[in-house]
Amino acid sequence: MTALLAARGLRLAFGGVKAADGVDLDVRAGEHLAIIGPNGAGKTTFINMVTGYLKPQAGEIAFEGRPILGLSPRRIVRLGIARSFQLPQLFTEHTVLQNAALAVASRGTFWSAIRPLLDGAHVAEASELLGRFGLSDLAGRRADALNEGARKLADIAMALALKPRLLLMDEPTSGVAASEKMAIVETLVRVLREAGVTAVFVEHDMDVVARFADRVAVWNQGRISALGPPATILEDPAVQRDVIGIRVREGADAAA
Amino acid sequence: MPGWIADNALLIGLAVLDGLSYAAAVFMVAVGLNLIFGVLRVLNIAHGSLYAIGGYSAAALGLFVVSRGLPGWLVFPTLLAASVLVGLVLGPPIERLLRRTEKEEPVLQLLVTFALFMILEDLQKLLFGVQPVVFDAPLKMLGTVDIPFGQDVIPFTAYQLFVLPGIALVTLAGLAWFLRRTLYGRMIVAVTTDREAARAMGIDAAKVTLLTFTAGAALAALGGALASPTASLVPGVGAQTIVLSFAVVATAGLGQIEGAAVTSLLIGLGRSFAVYFEPELEVVVPYLIMVAVLLVRPQGLFGVPETRRI
Amino acid sequence: MSRRALLELVAALAAAAIVLLVAALVPWLRFVLTIAIAKGIAVLGILLLLRAGQVSFGHALYVALAAYAAAFAAPRMPEALLLLPLGALVSGAVGLVVGLFVVRYREIFFGMLNLALSMVFYSVLEKFYALTHGTDGIRLPAIRYVGTALGPEEAGWATLAVAILLALGFGAFVRVYLLSPMGEALSAMKTRETRLEFMGIPARRVLLAAYVLSAVMAGCGGVIIAMTTRHVTPALAYWTASGELVFIAILGGAGSVFGPFLGAFGYELTRTYAAALVADAWQMILGIVLLGVILFAPGGLWGMGRSALRRRPAGEGAA
Repeated sequence: MTALLAARGLRLAFGGVKAADGVDLDVRAGEHLAIIGPNGAGKTTFINMVTGYLKPQAGEIAFEGRPILGLSPRRIVRLGIARSFQLPQLFTEHTVLQNAALAVASRGTFWSAIRPLLDGAHVAEASELLGRFGLSDLAGRRADALNEGARKLADIAMALALKPRLLLMDEPTSGVAASEKMAIVETLVRVLREAGVTAVFVEHDMDVVARFADRVAVWNQGRISALGPPATILEDPAVQRDVIGIRVREGADAAA
Repeated sequence: MPGWIADNALLIGLAVLDGLSYAAAVFMVAVGLNLIFGVLRVLNIAHGSLYAIGGYSAAALGLFVVSRGLPGWLVFPTLLAASVLVGLVLGPPIERLLRRTEKEEPVLQLLVTFALFMILEDLQKLLFGVQPVVFDAPLKMLGTVDIPFGQDVIPFTAYQLFVLPGIALVTLAGLAWFLRRTLYGRMIVAVTTDREAARAMGIDAAKVTLLTFTAGAALAALGGALASPTASLVPGVGAQTIVLSFAVVATAGLGQIEGAAVTSLLIGLGRSFAVYFEPELEVVVPYLIMVAVLLVRPQGLFGVPETRRI
Repeated sequence: MSRRALLELVAALAAAAIVLLVAALVPWLRFVLTIAIAKGIAVLGILLLLRAGQVSFGHALYVALAAYAAAFAAPRMPEALLLLPLGALVSGAVGLVVGLFVVRYREIFFGMLNLALSMVFYSVLEKFYALTHGTDGIRLPAIRYVGTALGPEEAGWATLAVAILLALGFGAFVRVYLLSPMGEALSAMKTRETRLEFMGIPARRVLLAAYVLSAVMAGCGGVIIAMTTRHVTPALAYWTASGELVFIAILGGAGSVFGPFLGAFGYELTRTYAAALVADAWQMILGIVLLGVILFAPGGLWGMGRSALRRRPAGEGAA
C-alpha cells in the first residue's frame, strides 16, 4: 500500500530544542492517524512542516509521490492538504456562513468571479457543509460569538470546505468543555468517514484517540517512539509512562 | 575623492554640524514617539505639534527673560522649564483621551491623534501667531569655536557643536539607564512587552502609561526648545517634524532607543548633506533612506521580526 | 437585485438629485459639492484598504499624480473624457508599481511607507520648478466636454455631472466588490491573514488589487479636482491631504459606500463654513468634529443615520 503522505528524516531544532530529530512517518490513504506525545514534543511542528509554514532543516516530505518541501502554504493547500488550528482561526468579523462560504469560494473560480459571496453555489455548498457539522443554527452568528466547541467545528469545517485529500487537525478537542468533547468527536468521525478524507490529528485526550484513530504515532523527544493500532499503543507500559502518565499529572496540576 | 573632500571642506563641515544638531532634535522627538508607541500601541501624529509648541514656548519665555534684562545664562534653564511645562500641560490630557479610545480599532486611535494634530496646529497659530519667531540669544551667548577644515577655518557655533548633541547624548544615556536599571523604567519595559502580563504582576499600567506619555511629550517639547535658537519658527514646523520622526521610527524599527539614535544621525546627516549639495533632494533623502532600509529589512534596521504563533 | 440593493440605488439617485438641486439653488456651493464628490470617490478607495485593516497616510499621492497628469496633458488634449482615463491610468500604473512594494507591509509600516512615497512626490513637485512651477503650481486651460467648448458656468455644471456619474459608477462597483469573495477576503485579512494563506488565497494579491483600485479612484478624484479648481499645486500631495482622506472615511463611516460621500460633504461644508466664521481656526474646528465623531459615533455619519432610522433588521449580513 503506497503512502498518501511520506515524511523522511525530518529534522528541525529551535535553539537547542529538537522538535523533530529524524522523523519518518507514512500516512496511509483513508486512515485516521493520531499523533500523541508530551507537550512541546513537536507534534504541531509536524503539521507546520507538512503545510509549509515551517521548513525542516533536513528531510523530505512527499504527498502522493510528489515532493512538497519548500512550497508555500498556499501551493500546498492547492495540492490537497488542508489544516485546522489548535486556536480556531476564524474570520471574526464575518458570520459562520460567510466563513464557510469564503472557504468554498477560495477553492474554485475565485479570481474570475466578482459576484456576491452569499449568492448561489457558494452558499448552497457552505450551508450543506455546516449542516453536516451540526452548525446550521449558528450559521448567521458572528464567528466571535460562538463557544469553543462550535468554533473548533467551524474551523475544521472551513478546512474541509477546501475538499482536501489530507486533513491535518491540531488538537481538535482542546479547550472544549469535557461534557461537549465526545459529541464533537462523534460529529467529526461521522463527517470525515462520509467525506472519505484521510486525517492526521494531534490529540492529548486518550479517550478521543481511542474513539477516533485507526493508528497512533507517539512523538517523543523529536522522534516517533511507537506506532501502531490504538489498542496496542495505548496499553504499552512505556507509552503510558512517558506520555499518558504525563497527561494525567498535567491534568492533576491543572485541577489543583 | 580626497580632492573633492578638500575642495568642499567648508560645505562638508557645515553639513556635519547642521546634521548633528538636526539629528539631535529629531532624536528627541523620535525617541518619545517610540516610547509612547510602546505603551499605547499608537503612533502619535500630534507629537510633532508638541515639538513645535515646545519651540515656540521656549522662544517666548526666552525672549521674555532677555527683554527683562535678567542674567543671560537664565535662558538655558528657561529652555528646559518651557519643555517640562509643555509636557505637563499637554501630555496628561492627550494621554487621557488616547486611553479613552484604547478599546477602539487602531485606525480610530490613529485618527484621534490626527484630530489632536489639527487642533494643536491652530492652537499654536492662535497663541504664537504666524510671523516667523527668531530667538537666537543662546546661540550668540556661547559664541563660536574655530575649527580648521582643510585650508578653511570654520566658525562653528558652540551651541550647535556642544549643547544640542550633548543634551541628546545625555538623554540617550539617561533613558537607557532609566529603562534598564530603575524600577519605573523596568515597569515601562514590562508594559511595553506585554501589557496584560504586566498588569497581572501588579504593575499599575495606567500610571506607567501616563508617566511615559508625559515624559515623551516633554522630550518632544525639549527637542523643539533646543532647536528653536538654530532656526526661525514658522507654522508647519510641527507637520514637517512629525513626518521626519515617522521616517526615523519606521527606519529604526520599533522599540529600540539606541536604534532611534543611530537612525536619527543617519537621517539627520543625510538630510543636511542634501541641503548643502543637492538642495532639491532635501525633503526626499530621509524617505529614500527609509524606503531603501525597509526594502532590505522589512522590520527596520533594529526591529525584531515578528513571527506569528499559530 | 435584492430589495436592499434596490433601496440603496434609489437612495443614491435621490442623493444625486439633491446635490444638483442644492447646486442650482445655492450657486456658490456647486464648487464645494464638486470637490466633495471628487474626494468622496478617492475615499471609496481608502474604504477598501480600511476593510483590510490598513490605513494609508499617502493616498494624496495618487490624487496629485492624476491632477498633475491632467494639468500637463490639458494644453494639448483639453478633453475631459480623455483626461479622466489618463489620470486614472497614470495613478493606477504607479499604484501597481508602488503596491507591489507596500503590500508586503502591514499597519504602521504600510501607513508610513505610503506617507514616505507621497512626501517624495510632494518635494519633487515643490523643488523641480522648471517642470512643475514649484509651489506656484500649474493652471489648466479651459476644458472641452465631448469636444464642446463651454463657458465657465456650463463647464462647472458639466464637471459636477461627470463627478456625479463617476461617483454613482464607482459606488456601485465598490458595493459589488465588497460583497464578492475578493472584497470579503479583505476584511478576512484584517482578522486572520494567516488563515487566508492556509485556504490557498494569496493575501498580498488581494490587498494589491484593492490598492490599485484605490489608486485609480484617487486618480479620478484628482482629475475632477484639477478640472474644478483649474489650478494644481504641490499641496495636493502633502501628507495632511492624505490625512484628510482618512479623516473623511472615518467621519462618513466605513460601513457603507455612502459613508465616503456623506463624510466628504460633511467635511467640505464644515470646512467652508468654519473658514468663513473663524478664518484662523477652521482646522481646530475640524479636529474637534473628528474627535467628537470618534468618541461618540464611531460608525461615522452613516452609522449615526442608520441607527437613527433604526433600519437594522436582525440577522442581515454586513453591507
